[in-house]
Amino acid sequence: MHNTKKNRLIDKSFQFWGIGNTFIGIVLLAIFIGYIVYLGASRLSFDFLSSLPSRFPDKSGIYTAMVGSVWIMFLTAIFAIPIGVSAAIYLEEYQKKNRFANILEINISNLAGVPSIIYGLLGLQVFSRTIGLGGNLLAGALTLSLLILPIIIVATREALKAVPNLIKDASYALGATKWQTIRHQILPAASGGIMTGIILSISRAVGEAAPLIVVGALAYVPFVPTSPMDDFSVLPIQIFNWISRPQAGFIVNAAAGIIVLLVITFSMNLVAILIRNKFEKKMN
Amino acid sequence: MKKLKENIIEKLLFSSAIFTILTTLSIIGILLYEAIQFFEEVPLFDFLTDTQWTPLFDDKHFGILPLLSGTLLTSFIAIAIALPIGLSIAVYLNEYANKKFRKIIKPILELLAAVPSVVYGFFALIIVTPALQSFIPGMSGFNSLSAGIVMAIMILPFISSLSEDALFAVPKNLREASYGMGATRFQTVFRVTIPAANSGIIVSVILAISRAIGETMIVAIAAGQQPRLTANPLVPVETISAYIVQVSLGDVPHNSLEYRTIFAAGITLFAFTFLLNNVSFWLRKKYQRKYA
Amino acid sequence: MPTTIIESKDFNLFYGDFQALKNINFQAEENTVTAFIGPSGCGKSTLLRSFNRMNDLIEGVQTTGETNINGISVYDKSVDVNELRKRIGMVFQKPNPFPKSIFENVAYGLRIDGIKDKHIIEEKVVSSLKKAALWDEVKDNLKKSALALSGGQQQRLCIARALAIEPSIILMDEPASALDPISTSKIEDLIYELKKNYTIIIVTHNMQQAGRISDNTAFFYMGELIECDDTKTIFTNPSNLRTQNYITGRFG
Repeated sequence: MHNTKKNRLIDKSFQFWGIGNTFIGIVLLAIFIGYIVYLGASRLSFDFLSSLPSRFPDKSGIYTAMVGSVWIMFLTAIFAIPIGVSAAIYLEEYQKKNRFANILEINISNLAGVPSIIYGLLGLQVFSRTIGLGGNLLAGALTLSLLILPIIIVATREALKAVPNLIKDASYALGATKWQTIRHQILPAASGGIMTGIILSISRAVGEAAPLIVVGALAYVPFVPTSPMDDFSVLPIQIFNWISRPQAGFIVNAAAGIIVLLVITFSMNLVAILIRNKFEKKMN
Repeated sequence: MKKLKENIIEKLLFSSAIFTILTTLSIIGILLYEAIQFFEEVPLFDFLTDTQWTPLFDDKHFGILPLLSGTLLTSFIAIAIALPIGLSIAVYLNEYANKKFRKIIKPILELLAAVPSVVYGFFALIIVTPALQSFIPGMSGFNSLSAGIVMAIMILPFISSLSEDALFAVPKNLREASYGMGATRFQTVFRVTIPAANSGIIVSVILAISRAIGETMIVAIAAGQQPRLTANPLVPVETISAYIVQVSLGDVPHNSLEYRTIFAAGITLFAFTFLLNNVSFWLRKKYQRKYA
Repeated sequence: MPTTIIESKDFNLFYGDFQALKNINFQAEENTVTAFIGPSGCGKSTLLRSFNRMNDLIEGVQTTGETNINGISVYDKSVDVNELRKRIGMVFQKPNPFPKSIFENVAYGLRIDGIKDKHIIEEKVVSSLKKAALWDEVKDNLKKSALALSGGQQQRLCIARALAIEPSIILMDEPASALDPISTSKIEDLIYELKKNYTIIIVTHNMQQAGRISDNTAFFYMGELIECDDTKTIFTNPSNLRTQNYITGRFG
């Protein structure tokens, strides 16, 4: 009898322990973000968003870095989405189960685990040096598209896998070819999941600094990039640059820059979750 | 005509799939190519046993151990914190929490991994270190403890959500057998469910380790740039990834030995993550078969 | 002299090492309904799916022997499997409308056939829905999602979808097994009506259903076609003991 009581107590205590752990990360993040907002909110202004970087913290802005981030987002999407979705379609709908399938599978799982800094070394050697792009937007975007490719492939495959076989059978039975079935039935039915994966992967690319630093993106860009062949900086690199400055004013700038970066990544994540939820409802 | 179109489409899709293999081969090829040239000048033995890493100084030493120890120390701290918390979360969400709570909390937890690492670096340097310094007097402004703590928050969702998947995959009847004998949830979880899900949990930990040792911006910002063979979490260290960033920010001439050090360091990092990823892949295949 | 539309000759089918169909010899005549009965895993659905080569979609399937549809050997290399399937309609066990509008569901087969003319598509959609006895229930909301229909309506929509490409044969794989009795009787009435213009093969678990709607019945057991005859004969005077045991409910 006594033992049962004790066990029940342990059981109950673990419940509180579990709740505590579930919230500890979230609460810490909330505190951190609260502090950042407290530190940086006053610096946020139209001037901050529209000024070029400067030697003086209170004259510095994130305009060039923001334009660089938008370019990177756009170019990375252009390269990564078609290849990623195509590869996923091949793997999920065409690839027969054999040894080669296994190799492809393990390869993608490996790519997903390669540290982003290593992608930076790849981009540095292939795009910046061998092809000779230097540290321009194109080199940066190509590097990041390789980085997010496995993420898009994995998410797209999950979405394709979730399309019921019944729907595929119905299409084939009507005489549709494989591609017609994919194009008209499978892809539309999986589009929500694919979109979610794409948005999350792009949001990852927007937050990356390390591979771009290695490729040769600049920490200080006094001009606005206007073509893919221009040199550039991005928000995370600008923030990193400000964090490493000794003057307190730059720390405030970094905090303000972080607010902008977090607004961008959090809204992308929110949109991704909303699409996923809406889509799940539709499928059921 | 129709057949031709179908064939062309299939070939196009196939080439995209092949592209992923080309990427891997390029990574390995490039790292090897530069690293081999590096090892023509620096003996592999020195690289593996020298306890100093000073390629940018006049008195050059090329021992990877200080960088490796920095990498392993920050990762160890992160895992030591994230593992018990992440596992507790997984157990709580899977066995205790109701469905609605899970559905709301999971995307919020995953947000922890979506925060850019440069932001976490800021947290570690500007918030966590000063906070810790107030009750750890001798702590340096750059240290592996703060970096590790903050990294733990970042990798938490990896452990919690992958472990939860593993717990979820344990057949219901195993659990019911335990409940049927009068076991509490706590007993069932720790005596039946977790042992049954152990390979899935190991996979989640391995992936988290791989993530931690490859993490760059947090350690580049908060852990310092001083290669040092130490287990002391309160002093500045440098990780492999942070070294690569440090060199990239500077003006090292291409085709120099200094330039090649980042590839030698890079291949060491890659070897570790490659090994961990493969192990986790095979483990995952194995346990998926177990409950297929 | 009735025309043979479907014919299997010494037909064998393997899933890898497992032989799912053993030496099947079967014929179906024009404008008749044939019911396939037998216990689960006996091969009746597999044979049904061999007529329009839906088995091709499963990896590792191999066949020997012959299957002729309208006198054409369907496993011949020269046969375009997509064209073959267009001439054979198929209705599945669970209603499987596409997550699109009612109209688009029926129009799908026409669109993938390359038909662009709006009037032709509209005309065929309407006539197919009428043939499937669904028109009166949906004519005002053709734009509505097919998923909003009831299960029975969805199944009739799937029949309409199959009819739109004007097949001569309709294969039905337990089309009413997921439906309530009222919807089931509507489907059965529909099958009776369709028989005038189509050759129908229907797989069913429901003995009474086979008795009510089919002209001929084929009994399968462990991959073999045990016997195939006039439905009345099979149900009242089967020549094989296993058929009798199954029909009288001694196993199955």
